[in-house]
Amino acid sequence: MQTLIIIINILCLIYSGWFIERLLTKERKNSLITSGILLLVLALLATLPLYALGYTSILITTILMYIILTVSWVLFSGLTGYMSLATAAFFGIGIYASALFLPTTGALLPILVVVLIGGLASSIIALGVGALTLRLRGIYFAIFTFGLVVFIMELLNWWEHTVSHRRGRYVMLVDNDYIFYTMLGIFVLVMLTFFFIRRSKFGLAMRSIGENEEAAAHTGINVTMVKVITFAISAFFMGAAGAIYATKITYVDPYVAFSVLFSFLPVLMAIFGGMGRIYGPVMGAAIFTYLQETLQTKFSEIYMLSFGVLLVAAILYMPDGLTGLIQKVWRRISGGKRVHT
Amino acid sequence: MYILEGEGVSKYFGGLAAVDNVDFHVDQGEVVGLIGPNGAGKTTLFNLISATYTPKPGIIRFKDKNITGKKPYQICRMGIARTFQMVKIFANLPVVENVRVGAFFGKSTHVSSANATRESLELLEYVGLSQVANTPARDLTLANQKRLEVARALATKPELLLLDELMAGLNQTEVAEEMQLISSIRTKGITIVMIEHVMKAIMSVCDRIIVLHHGKKIAEGTPQEITHSEKVIEVYLGE
Repeated sequence: MQTLIIIINILCLIYSGWFIERLLTKERKNSLITSGILLLVLALLATLPLYALGYTSILITTILMYIILTVSWVLFSGLTGYMSLATAAFFGIGIYASALFLPTTGALLPILVVVLIGGLASSIIALGVGALTLRLRGIYFAIFTFGLVVFIMELLNWWEHTVSHRRGRYVMLVDNDYIFYTMLGIFVLVMLTFFFIRRSKFGLAMRSIGENEEAAAHTGINVTMVKVITFAISAFFMGAAGAIYATKITYVDPYVAFSVLFSFLPVLMAIFGGMGRIYGPVMGAAIFTYLQETLQTKFSEIYMLSFGVLLVAAILYMPDGLTGLIQKVWRRISGGKRVHT
Repeated sequence: MYILEGEGVSKYFGGLAAVDNVDFHVDQGEVVGLIGPNGAGKTTLFNLISATYTPKPGIIRFKDKNITGKKPYQICRMGIARTFQMVKIFANLPVVENVRVGAFFGKSTHVSSANATRESLELLEYVGLSQVANTPARDLTLANQKRLEVARALATKPELLLLDELMAGLNQTEVAEEMQLISSIRTKGITIVMIEHVMKAIMSVCDRIIVLHHGKKIAEGTPQEITHSEKVIEVYLGE
C-alpha cells in the first residue's frame, strides 16, 4: 500500500513537470482536462501527510529535495551549458544557515526566515563567485566549482576547530510535516521559476549562450551578466533546500553539509532523466532517489553494485535519459498513426 | 566623417603579429572588400572591430567615437553586427528564435515580444527563409545557415555589417544569390565590410578593396586598381 502511495506521488511530481513542459511548447489542447488533473495532482501531494505513513512522507520529502537540487542545477547548467559542481557548496551554506539560526536551544528566527536566509546567502556567494569565475569555460569551470565545495568545507572545518572549538552542530528538531510542506513549497517555486525563465526573454538569452556563447555575445547579449544572475538564482533554491534539510538530519558538521555527493547526484539524476524536457530532471531525480532508497533498504549488500550496473546501462542505452527513451517508445507506438495525419 | 576608422591597429599572438599597425577607414554607405591570402589577418581584424579581441596598440573609432576596449555586446548594440567564417548559429533553436535573439538583444532600445517576432519573420522573408522558420537551425543547408546569420545580424538593426566569407563553400547559384542579397542590404543604407575569397563577387560588389598580407595592409583602392597592382598580383592573385 505504501509502495503504491509512493509511486502515485512520484507520478504526480512527474506530471506537474510534464504539465509545465506542455505549457511551454504551447500545445494547449485539452487544457481543461490537463489543468483538472494538475489540480488533483497538487491536491494529492498537498494532503500526503494525511494518508501516508511517516516513512512514506519522509521519502517523498527526500525525493522533493533531490528534485529541487536537480531542477535548479539544470536551470543553470542545462540551459547555459556550464557544468557546475558547486551544488554541494550552496546546499551546505543553506545547511549551516540552519545550524546557526536554529540551534537545539530554540529557534533564533522563524524557520521560513532561516530558509530564506539560507537561499539568499547562497545567492550572494554565487554572485561573487560567478562574477569572478564565469569567464572560465568547459572543464576549468567544472573543476573550479568543485574546488569551491572543498575550499568552503575545509575553511569551515578549520574555523570550527580553532575558533568555535567544536566538531559539528545540532539543529533543532522540526515536525516532519512542516519539513515536507516547506520542501513542497520550494519545489513549486523552483518549477514556476523554471517555467517563467524558460518562457522569458532572459531564458532565450540563456539558451543562446548554451548554444553558442560567442555568437550570443556578438548578438548583443551581456553574457557575463546573464550567466551570473542565473547562477545566483539556481543557488538560491539549493541553499533554501539545504536549510530545511538540516532540520531533518538534526546534526551537521562540515563533512556532512558539504558532502561532494550533493554535487554529483544532481548531475547524475539530470543525465538519468534527460535534460531536453523539464520533466526529465524531475523524473530522473524522483526515480533515482526511489531506486537508491529501495536498493539500499532491501538489497543492502549488492546496493552499490546493482546501482553501478544500472547507471552504466542507463548511460549506454539511454543517451537522452529516460525522457529520450520514452519519446522513442512513444514514437514507435504512435508512428503508424502519425504518418497519415 | 568615416563610419569606421582604425589607427595603428595591431594584435599580437605571442610574438606573431596577426594584424600589424593597420590604418583603415570605411565611408558611410560603402561596400568594402577585405582580401588577402590565408592567415593574412582578415578575420583577426574583424575580431578586433567586433571586440572579440582588443587591439594593442591601436584605436578603433565608430562614428567618431572611440570603441576600443568595449565589450562585444556593447559593440553590437552600438550598431556593428557580424557574421562568422565558421557559422555560429544557435543550432538547436528554431530558425525564427535565432533571429529573435538579435531582435531582442541587439538594440539598445526595449523591444516587445510581439514586435521581435514580427521583425524576425519579416527578416526571414527578406533573406528567403520563411519556409523553414520553425525548423531547428541545425537542419538547414550551409548556404541557408549563412543567410540565417545575416538575418540575425540584420535583426540587431546595424549601421555597419561585417560579413566574414559569406560565400565560402557555396555553389555558383548560391553565390549569385548572396551577391544579390548584399546589393539589396546596401540599398537599405547599411555599410558593409566583407571578407571574401570569391574574386568575382568581390570585384563586382565592392566599391573599394583593402588587401592584407602577413598582417600588414599592402594595397587599397578600387577593384580596377587592385587587379592592376603589381604588389597584389605578386602576393595574392598570382603571376
